[in-house]
Parts: sequence; C-alpha cells; structure tokens
Amino acid sequence: MAFDQDAVRRTAHLARLALPQEEVPAVASQLEKIMSLVEELSAIPTEGVLPMAHPLDLEQPLRPDQVSNQDERQRLMANAPAAEHGLFLVPKVIE
Amino acid sequence: MDLHDFSLRQLREGLQKRDFSAQELTQTLLKRIHTLNPELNAFVTVTEAAALESAARADDRLAKGESGTLLGLPMAHKDIFCTADLPTTCGSKMLKNFVAPYSATVVERLAAEGMVMLGKLNMDEFAMGSSNETSYFGPVRNPWNTEMVPGGSSGGSAAAVAAGLVPVATGTDTGGSIRQPAALCGITGIKPTYGRVSRYGMIAFASSLDQAGPMARSAEDCALLLNAMAAHDPRDSTSHPAAASDFLRGLDRPLQGLRVGVPEEFFGEGLDPEVAAAVQVGIDQLAKQGASIQSIRLPNNPHAVSTYYVLAPAEASSNLSRFDGVRYTHRSSAVENLDDLYQQSRYEGFGAEVRRRILVGTYVLSAGYYDAYYLKAQQVRSLIREDFRRAFAEVDVIVGPTTPGPAFALGAKNADPVSMYLADIYTIAVNLAGIPALSLPCGFTQSGLPIGMQLMGDYFADDLLLNVAHRYQQETDWHLARPNLKAGEA
Repeated sequence: MAFDQDAVRRTAHLARLALPQEEVPAVASQLEKIMSLVEELSAIPTEGVLPMAHPLDLEQPLRPDQVSNQDERQRLMANAPAAEHGLFLVPKVIE
Repeated sequence: MDLHDFSLRQLREGLQKRDFSAQELTQTLLKRIHTLNPELNAFVTVTEAAALESAARADDRLAKGESGTLLGLPMAHKDIFCTADLPTTCGSKMLKNFVAPYSATVVERLAAEGMVMLGKLNMDEFAMGSSNETSYFGPVRNPWNTEMVPGGSSGGSAAAVAAGLVPVATGTDTGGSIRQPAALCGITGIKPTYGRVSRYGMIAFASSLDQAGPMARSAEDCALLLNAMAAHDPRDSTSHPAAASDFLRGLDRPLQGLRVGVPEEFFGEGLDPEVAAAVQVGIDQLAKQGASIQSIRLPNNPHAVSTYYVLAPAEASSNLSRFDGVRYTHRSSAVENLDDLYQQSRYEGFGAEVRRRILVGTYVLSAGYYDAYYLKAQQVRSLIREDFRRAFAEVDVIVGPTTPGPAFALGAKNADPVSMYLADIYTIAVNLAGIPALSLPCGFTQSGLPIGMQLMGDYFADDLLLNVAHRYQQETDWHLARPNLKAGEA
C-alpha cells in the first residue's frame, strides 16, 4: 500500500496537525513502514470472529445520578492559556 | 546496607522501632535524588517541601502509635497521574505548564495510607515509547549503564527504583510500559489485570489497554503497594467490582504442583541468546522449586504487535483530540484564526512520536479504512485472547522473556520507529487480552545489563504471579543486585 504525501496531508488535516511541508516526505516514509507492519493482519483468517473492543465483558455500571463534583472553576481556569472575565479566549470566529 | 537499599518491610520496621523518623528517611532520599538525578533524569519534578510536610504528618501519626502498613514510606508517581495543585506533564510540552485541578484515585489512595510522595517521574511523552527518549524533558539514563536507555514508557519509575532514589514507584502499562523498563533496569513490576487499578486521573493513552501498577525491587514490595492501589472506583466505569484483594496473603504458597507453560513463540528468531539462556535458567529454577514445565503454543502472538499498532493509535488519536490549545494546554502564539490555533498548538505541543501515532490512528479510523484495519485488528485481538484462554486451561502460569534483548544504547532505535515497536514484542499480547503479567530480574548479560523474565497469568491471577515471583526471589538473589553508581554515597 502506498502512504503517499497526499495521504499524509489529508490525515494531518483530519487530525488537526499543522505539519510543515518539509516534514511531509519523512513522515510519509515512516507511516509507510508502520502501515506495512500492520498490513500482515489482512492475511489472517477472521471470518465469523467477533471483534473484541474491551478486555472485560462487563456491562456499563450505573451510579446514582447525584452531583459529586465540587466547583473547581478557579482551579480549572488557572490552566487556561488565555482567559478573560472567566471565559476562554480564542481568536475571533465571526467577522 | 544503607537506607536507600531497604525494602518496604525493613523501612516500616525501622520507622516503627524509631531507628529513624519519616522526616529523616525523606531527607536521606531527597539528598540522594539531588546527587544522582542530574545524571539519571528520572525525576521531572521533586516536591521537596510537600514531601517534608507529609513526612512530618506521618511522624505525628507514628508517634500516636499508628501502624499503617505504608505509613511514612517514600514513593514517587509516574508523571501521568494527576496530582492536585502540582505539575502533571505526561512528559509533554503540551502539558508543560499544566497544574492538575484534582488528584488521581491512585494518588489519593497512597496519600491516604500516609505514603510520602517525593516527586513526579519522567516518562515517554503520553506513555508512547519504549526507551524514555520521547520525553519533552529529555531521556532518562539506565542506572546500570548510563549510555543505555532505561526502557519505557515508565523509564523514570524504573530508573528511580533501580538507583535507590525511591523504594517503590507507580507505573502504567499499555503495551509493556511497566514490564519492559522493569526488565531493562533489573527491578520487579506488575501490570495487573485490566480493571484492577482505577484509571481515574491517569492521563489516557489507549483506554482499553491502559493499566497502572507498582514497580519495586521485589515482588513482596509490589504486593504491598498493589494492596493499596487496587480497589473498585465508581469514578472509573472500567474499574472491576472485585478489584480489591490481599496480595500478601498467598505470597508464601509453595510452588509444588504449579503448572508452568513455556510458549514456543517466545523463543524464536530475534531473541538475544544471552536473554534466552538466562530465562531458561529461571525456568529451571521454577522446576527445581516444584513446578512442572510444559511447552505450549500461542499461535497468534506473532500478530500482537501489528494488532496493537492499529488499536492503540486509534484510541490515542481519539483520546488526544482533547488537547486543542484552548483550555489547559500549550497554545501557539503565531495564529490568526481558530483552525490555526488547533493545528499549530497541536503540532508544536506534541513531539514527533506522538504525532506519528495520532496520524496512524486517524488514518485507520478514517472513512474507507475502518473495516480493513480497525475492525480486522479487533477480530485478531479476539484470537489473541482465545490463545490465552486455551493455554490457561492447561497451565497456571506462562513464562518467557520480557524483552527480546537487554537495554540498548541511547539513540540506537530512533531512526526507525518500527524497530522500537519490536522492543515490546513479548509484552503487547498481555494488554490486548487484559490479563496480568509481571517482570522480574533473572540474570545479567556479560556486559552487566539486567535480564527480565516475564510471568503471565489468567484474569485476576495477579496474586499467583506475585506468589511465584516471591518464592523465586526467596531462592535467588538477582533482585538484590544493585547498580554501581559513582555518586552512590548519599
């Protein structure tokens, strides 16, 4: 399979990673190597095998619907890279 | 023997008999950290003031006659566990300035026991790596030979314990990240059954594979720490209702009649002959202690690495989408619009290996490829689990090497990510199945590097693995060997 530079740019955009053009060829060749490692899976017969999503066949447990979190607003906002009036600041989205 | 070589049991006796106080013990180890850490780089944060305060509180409790099993004993956390009001970096530039607003359940539980946390330990960025070289804070060095890697991703934990900076540490294991560095640094570490230890407050890498566990210099110390770590936690929906157990209770059971399986697939091409020989001697030792040894097959084990490198990046790409530059992470300063903010911040905040895994994960989940990769890998995951199920109908414990070779030189595997991935060839299947596995030292190479032997057990057989390792360590002394550190006078 060919992991070409277009595929890298497309995937980087989906992943919201601003990969500079000069890195694209090297990344393409590394991803190519990784994908050829996993390519061997296609030869394994798995007809009728149930996919395994999780190690433990547990049902999702339910707990009482009660408020258990404390108000951590200040501690949480203290980590914000930019904030004003208790709100996260981002670049303008509407002109 | 010096304080920094003491086991948890010996430290506890010393505290109870007032041979030394928790504050003296803390100061001794802090001094050792200050001496040795500049070279080893095992700690990314040393929480000196907080450590001395909690040691003082432990001394008060000891003076009142309290006798908690872990009271006043020092430890350190892998920097993947959130610690309230202290930095939690996950080895990443993305979280360089992050101060956790709350503590992980594991952190709370060990603090409640009165343990004294000395700091946070270096790790591969977001736990993605097998050499601790992907850390934003620089590589950790192996105490046995500082030109060598300590393994990863819990490389700081393994190096700190091996160097006597702390008697025990926490680690996490998604594809071998406790066992592989434990093997490369000559210590003992267990990845418990999935669901044993709460993942609440443990920064997620691949949620269906991640599991926390103890790293120590003996199986007994692992059991002591795991007793406090394992418990059902309503805040983690994958926490098992029967997670808690007393791992000390069965520690001394004799190995008479133990059925040990040795998988052919673990002794094939690619295994270093010195590692193969040392593990064989370890298996012979188990036989000498009464175990019966038989050869078994795990035919799908050779597919574990490829299965993992679909599933783990897929889960990671989803988990790491939360790092967006808006709320609590690195934010790029050179942006004009919101999309730039996401894309630039993520590019700048994540290192090369994390970006690679996000790209692989995004790709295998993207339209048109889901069935061929993700679904297929989940099916092979079922086959891998089925192999173990069949094996555990015949044997109690599976034994093999932890790693294909001993510690490798810093930089040796950086050019080719796939060669690094193959360092986990014997550890990954365990995470895919969700069963417990332990690594313990079983010898040294000619050049003096530790070799690890891996014990694998059925679901919830964590106590049996600790029991076998403990009995083995009663009859052998590999776990008592210590690296010769030049500044080891502290």
